[in-house]
Amino acid sequence: MLLKTLAELPGVSGDEKRVREAIKKEVQPYVDELKTDCMGNLIVNKRPRKGKKRSPKVMLAAHMDEVGLIINGIEKSGHLRFLKVGDIDNRVLISKPVIIGVENIPGVIGVKAVHLQKPDERKKTLKTNQLYIDIGAKGKEEAEKMVSLGDYAAFDTKVKEMGERCLCGKAFDNRAGCAVLVELLKRELPVELCAVFTVQEEIGSRGAITAAYTLDPDLALIIETTSAADFPETKGIKPVTNLGDGPALTLMDQSFISDGKILAALRAAAEDNEIKYQYRRFTSGATDAGNISLSKEGIPAGVVSIPCRYLHSPASVIKLDDFYATIGLSEAFLHKVSEMGGLNR
Amino acid sequence: MKTLLQKLVEESGPPGAEEKIRDIVKAEVKDYVDEIFEDALGNLICVRKGEGKKIMLAAHMDEVALMVTHIDEQGFLRFTKVGGVLPHLLVGERVIFSSGVIGTINHEKIKELKELDFSKLYIDIGASSKKEAENKVAVGDTCVYYRQFTDLGRRILAKSLDDRAGCAVMISALQKLKDDRINELYFVFTVQEEVGLRGAKTSAYRLDPDFGIAVDVTRTGDTPEAPTMAVSLGKGPAIKVKDSSVLAHPQVRDLMIEIAEKYKIPYQLEVLERGGTDAGAIHLTKEGIPSGALSIPCRYIHTPSEMIDYEDLQSAVNLLEKILTARWP
Amino acid sequence: MDVISLLRELTEAQGVSGQEDSLRPTAEKFFRPLCDEIKYDKLGNLIALKKGTAEGKEHIKIMLAAHMDEIGLVVTKIEEGGFLRFSTIGGFDARTLPGQKVIIHGRKDITGVIGSKSPHITEEKERKKAVEIDKLFIDTGYAQSELLEIVKVGDIISIERSIYELANGCVSGKALDDRAGVVALMYCLHKLQSLHHVPDVYAVATVQEEVGVRGAAVSAYNIAPDLSIAIDVCHGNLPGVSEFETQEIGAGPVIGLGPNFHPSIIARLKEVAKRARIPVQFDVSAGPTGTDARAIQIARGGIPTGLLSLPLRYMHTSVELLSCEDLKLTAELLAVFISTIDRVFVEGLTCF
Repeated sequence: MLLKTLAELPGVSGDEKRVREAIKKEVQPYVDELKTDCMGNLIVNKRPRKGKKRSPKVMLAAHMDEVGLIINGIEKSGHLRFLKVGDIDNRVLISKPVIIGVENIPGVIGVKAVHLQKPDERKKTLKTNQLYIDIGAKGKEEAEKMVSLGDYAAFDTKVKEMGERCLCGKAFDNRAGCAVLVELLKRELPVELCAVFTVQEEIGSRGAITAAYTLDPDLALIIETTSAADFPETKGIKPVTNLGDGPALTLMDQSFISDGKILAALRAAAEDNEIKYQYRRFTSGATDAGNISLSKEGIPAGVVSIPCRYLHSPASVIKLDDFYATIGLSEAFLHKVSEMGGLNR
Repeated sequence: MKTLLQKLVEESGPPGAEEKIRDIVKAEVKDYVDEIFEDALGNLICVRKGEGKKIMLAAHMDEVALMVTHIDEQGFLRFTKVGGVLPHLLVGERVIFSSGVIGTINHEKIKELKELDFSKLYIDIGASSKKEAENKVAVGDTCVYYRQFTDLGRRILAKSLDDRAGCAVMISALQKLKDDRINELYFVFTVQEEVGLRGAKTSAYRLDPDFGIAVDVTRTGDTPEAPTMAVSLGKGPAIKVKDSSVLAHPQVRDLMIEIAEKYKIPYQLEVLERGGTDAGAIHLTKEGIPSGALSIPCRYIHTPSEMIDYEDLQSAVNLLEKILTARWP
Repeated sequence: MDVISLLRELTEAQGVSGQEDSLRPTAEKFFRPLCDEIKYDKLGNLIALKKGTAEGKEHIKIMLAAHMDEIGLVVTKIEEGGFLRFSTIGGFDARTLPGQKVIIHGRKDITGVIGSKSPHITEEKERKKAVEIDKLFIDTGYAQSELLEIVKVGDIISIERSIYELANGCVSGKALDDRAGVVALMYCLHKLQSLHHVPDVYAVATVQEEVGVRGAAVSAYNIAPDLSIAIDVCHGNLPGVSEFETQEIGAGPVIGLGPNFHPSIIARLKEVAKRARIPVQFDVSAGPTGTDARAIQIARGGIPTGLLSLPLRYMHTSVELLSCEDLKLTAELLAVFISTIDRVFVEGLTCF
């Protein structure tokens, strides 16, 4: 399964190469054009096979990068110091395995054994500069042979099926979105697709800025992964989305207010095709949509997200039904756009 | 001008849903401009052709608002802010949706005021069940303060003077312009300023003017124990020196000062510590656009009761009209 | 080329963000003999162009950016007794300000001091608290009525400090962040006089970096280079701060690593340093840096960008300290890097 392959690859913001290569290989036979830009965005073009009239140019975007770590120092003891790339809660880092650099060097994020800690030490969260990665090296010299400053480290989690049609793994945010995009590229659709697998979303949506500038599409649909907080210890009103309730539509977030016509078209597409959907009931966070919609003279945009529990952790959970429904909804939306002949004001 | 202002502040224009304001503005300006159109984000761009420099003016149509994120079983609405709203100012406040539905805001049980945040607040629209509420309001709907325009004589009290006051100044200045066509003028009524100067960014990119001027409100330092700021109500419009989004271009700022002095229009100089305006987005467009801002001093910004001075407003119109008919460098 | 005298003239001149025009005569004087053309863009970025050897389609543009603006203060109120209240332009630690001499750029330049209560009249409890900007004031010695004739709200205030030459080729002063970078641009152009280089070099002294990398954003859009290197300062080693957060003063230029920078540019800089036997250090940033590189990388359809930094201690104070040796080596590394850039390298920048 492509989603499984993609989710297991390391691809921290700025180091998306392996994800990009895997996607390139997968979509090559189905598309008209394929290129990378200087940021590392993978830009894929596919024109409709049927029909002559000019079709709207739709930008589809999903980011390839995931949150992770970057090595910024090596201790005399051979332990690696790191910084976080993107937003990670320190509390999920402790005692997790990672893989580092292009050679996939394994390492673990260690912590003093509980026996060695004073009682009140355990009550405090650890800061990033109190944590380190152990690769088993005996001293700095040996570590330097295996790892260089600036190497990236990603969580090392294999995808597992669990429960009822659920998957557990890392980086579903946003390899799940990438997998949706790949699937759409394999289908015959009535609009001109510019699919962009973007880079550096987790550190300020930077790849989307340059890609949107280059493409200047008529409209854009962003496929994302968003928090599902339908679990204990969060208050009733804030589940954001629910796992299994279908793709989530964004009304607004920190960087973006959804275009009214796109939102209406998404809703109509879902209702016409009896696809269960929900709203993202939360307005914090940001996606590539913010920057894309403000590119040049403004680009009408919308966001469809796959609900995902425990986002930005080494063990996140999605439900396959949501994943397939997101493919279905995106496809239905693109047909809708074609029927409407675009969405011009 | 008071009538115009009243019309503008009593309509609602949450970020991303500015259509009602856009319609009012359109009706007011259509006879005075050569071209009028909307762009992809909903900015209203009004062009008055001319010979000289291309000058873009921006006043934003949107106002701070609230958005429904959840409707509970009993029919209470949970919400989030759209733009800078403080939770403690909302308690007891009434809000209105674009459909006309009105509600009041209150809070869950709390021990201390500092516990008050948006998760503790809800809107009550008088519905007794989720179903009843859902017939009136949907998740994603936005509402704004429900307040009337109040004329206090020299001072005016209303919601959304930020930035309908700016819209009114731009409309009035446009209506006053004689047919001399010295500069090419773009009157842009922008969207989504309150959530990050968004409309100004895309419209400036499209128009690529020689100069940019935002017409917006600014804070004052003339209330009890206010932060240090030498701007007061009633001492004239303010010419911006800086805020957190822009350092006014010296050429633009100095030209504005020169004109104010030449025509003896009262003015103040504004150094705003926090807060931004559309000029922030305009001046960083493409190769850079020298920009400044004309500000209307305003107390209690983003609250249901913002206050301005009517004479400041009129002076702002006079100054703007002179600025637009000056020969720019 | 006497680096210290360049630093002296440039840092002792005033150029607070938004008011960089006053630096033009000094900057131009030094750039003029080193380049083919000088121009300014609409926000005041100074662009010094030194043409390369490539012609027609083979043309390559490389943009170098170092910001010429410095942090400063701005008058917010003129109070009774002739005292000025002020706000900041750029990031200040208020604790560095009491007892500081400043220049107020009003109708004419006047001197002022940021007042501080003498210890005799300050209670022990008060001394333990850090000062806050809005409690500070500037004394000009003028009466309010006289002061109103000279100063108005919005006038810029700059910090007064001259350069100190310290041991081991170190200098200390204000605005070395990032006039030292500007001097590195000059020294690089100087080195390029005797090197063959294919690309056209656009050396840009940018404006308004300290308020949000604003000048770099528009100049990168304007020039639309094929690649770009920003030159800025980074934190130098000092007691009490982890070695992983700082770089050693005097140990050579610092190459920026992380997603803000193009991997091929990083690789080429490393290679060049090795070949030219220039010692280098590395500074890792996990996201977009707080330098001009942040804005340049995402201008237009994206611009491959790198960063060279000079280790500097006490950033954003009036006694910033760095090594002239680091500065020269940085400029040398940059010049050699430029001399290796050709069409093949540029075409490779979009191949991932």
